[in-house]
Amino acid sequence: MPDLGTYAVEVLASYAVTLALLGGLAGLSWRRWRRLRAEMERVERGRDG
Amino acid sequence: MSIWEYANPKKFIATTTPVIPWAFGGAGVCILGGLAWGFFLTPEADKFGSSVKIIFVHVPSAMMAINAWAMMLVASLVWLIRRHHVSALAAKAAAPVGLTMTLIALFTGAVWGQPMWGTWWAWDPRLTSFLILGLFYLGYIALWEAIADPDQAADLTSVLCLVGSVFAILSRYAVNFWNQGLHQGATLSMDAEENIADVYWLPLLVCIAGFILLFLALVLMRTGTEIRVRRLRALERQAQRAVA
Repeated sequence: MPDLGTYAVEVLASYAVTLALLGGLAGLSWRRWRRLRAEMERVERGRDG
Repeated sequence: MSIWEYANPKKFIATTTPVIPWAFGGAGVCILGGLAWGFFLTPEADKFGSSVKIIFVHVPSAMMAINAWAMMLVASLVWLIRRHHVSALAAKAAAPVGLTMTLIALFTGAVWGQPMWGTWWAWDPRLTSFLILGLFYLGYIALWEAIADPDQAADLTSVLCLVGSVFAILSRYAVNFWNQGLHQGATLSMDAEENIADVYWLPLLVCIAGFILLFLALVLMRTGTEIRVRRLRALERQAQRAVA
């Protein structure tokens, strides 16, 4: 761990918020993508059947 | 082969689905690698101390916030001129990504500004135009949600995107236009004299590549989702008509 001196809180908070927001957005987008893909497949199977 | 082939939703999904995991993988490697490089292996700067390490998240996010709006502008123009639904949906899909980048840039900028400038916020031309760009992102997303007819929503949000582009340009060039305020000029420059030192520049480039790849992955995935939402609604309406 590097010595961040007096700016440790600022640097760590910046990295933490960035990773949390990007990770959250990616996670939510991925979950919705999977749900919609499964629903679309189900509907199309129903139409074919 | 023409680029307009990808205006076909099925073709778009078939082509982009295999790209998404690679883009996510590349983004993960570049962002985590670039941030680790910047955090652990770069020295403190003379003027800024260790707070200089904030540039590895601030600069790529601010850059992507503006470039995301530029991408939305191109997609909106394609919708207005050629009426391709996929382009309107791609613009819609990019807006939450751009908003997230804007929030990151505003937060990291404020956190850096407090110890360096002695204030969390200043009504400086660049900061103010960037904040207005963030408000345009909110307005753009709200407008999509507020209008039931998707074509009408695409028309109105495209016009809003054209208007908001003024603030995207101002966010980028306000420092050059007015040459006043607290915010410094561009961090990256083609001029070696003005560019930041190599020791920061190289990890910053890796982080920027990671943010670009993440934006690509998210927009492709979210556009695919929006296409499916629209298709499901169309099938629902078809089924309701058949019952009636």
